[in-house]
Amino acid sequence: MVPLSWYLLVAALLFCIGLYGVMVRRNAVAILMAVELMLNAVNINLVAFWRYLSPERPVGLAWAIFVLTVAAAEAAVGLALLISVYRNRGSVVAEELDLLKN
Amino acid sequence: MVEQIVFILVSLFTLITAVVVVTNRNLFHAALALMASFLGVAGLYVLLDAGFLAAAQLLVYIGAISILIIFAIMLTRRLMHALESPFNSQWGLGAFTAVVAFAVMAGVIAQFWPVTPDSVTPLASRPEVSASILRGSVAELGRALVSSDAYVIPFEIASVLLLAALIGAIVVAWPKAEDE
Repeated sequence: MVPLSWYLLVAALLFCIGLYGVMVRRNAVAILMAVELMLNAVNINLVAFWRYLSPERPVGLAWAIFVLTVAAAEAAVGLALLISVYRNRGSVVAEELDLLKN
Repeated sequence: MVEQIVFILVSLFTLITAVVVVTNRNLFHAALALMASFLGVAGLYVLLDAGFLAAAQLLVYIGAISILIIFAIMLTRRLMHALESPFNSQWGLGAFTAVVAFAVMAGVIAQFWPVTPDSVTPLASRPEVSASILRGSVAELGRALVSSDAYVIPFEIASVLLLAALIGAIVVAWPKAEDE
C-alpha cells in the first residue's frame, strides 16, 4: 500500500536536488546532469498520475515518452554546445563564460 | 508492506545517488552516480506497472544520455581536476531556495492527497486494476501515438525535433577549418 503522495514527494525531492545542482554547480556538464535529474522527477510524476488516476488511458505514459524524447534532444544539443564552447574558450566553468557581461 | 519496503529502498537509492550527482567533486564519479540514479527511477517505473517505460528509461537514459555525458566529460578533460570547489559562491542561497521549493511542494502535496497508507481512502494505496488493462497499456500507448484523435501530431513533431537536434548538434560541434 503506497499512497500516490509518496511518489509525488520522492519526485519533488529529486526535483529539488536537481534544482540545487543547477543553481550551485560551476561546471556546465554538471549543470546538464542536474537538469536530467529534474526531467526524471517530472517523469515520475507523470507515470504515478497515470497509474493512480487513469490507468485505462495512456495519457501519462505518452507524455512521459515525449519528455524522454525532448530530454534526449536536449542532451545532444547541450553537450555539442559545451564542446564548442570548450574548443573556443578552453573552459566550461559557468562563471568564466562571461562574454556578454558589461 | 513488502511493497512499501521495496518502494522506500528504491527511493532512497535514487535520492542518495542523486545527492552524489550534485555534490561529488569528481565529475566522472558524478556521471556514474547519475547512471545509478536513472536505474533507481526505472525501478520506480516498474513499481508503477510501467514496464515499457522502465525499459525505455534503461535504453535512452542509461544507454545513450549517460554515455553522451561521459563523452563530454572526457572531451573537456581539464575540469575533471578535483582541486577547486565544485560549487559557486552562492551554494548557501541555492540550498535555501531548494529547501523552500521542496517545502512548498510537500505542503501542496500533503494538502491535496492522503499521506498515510490506508486501504479505504482513495489514492492512499495503489488502486487495483485488472491485469488485462495493465497488459494492454503498451498496446494502447502505441495506438494513441499514431491515431489522429490522440497524439499523432506531437509524435511527428517529436521526430522532426530529434532530426533537427541531431543535425544541429553535428553542426555546432563541427570543428572550424582553422582549428584543424
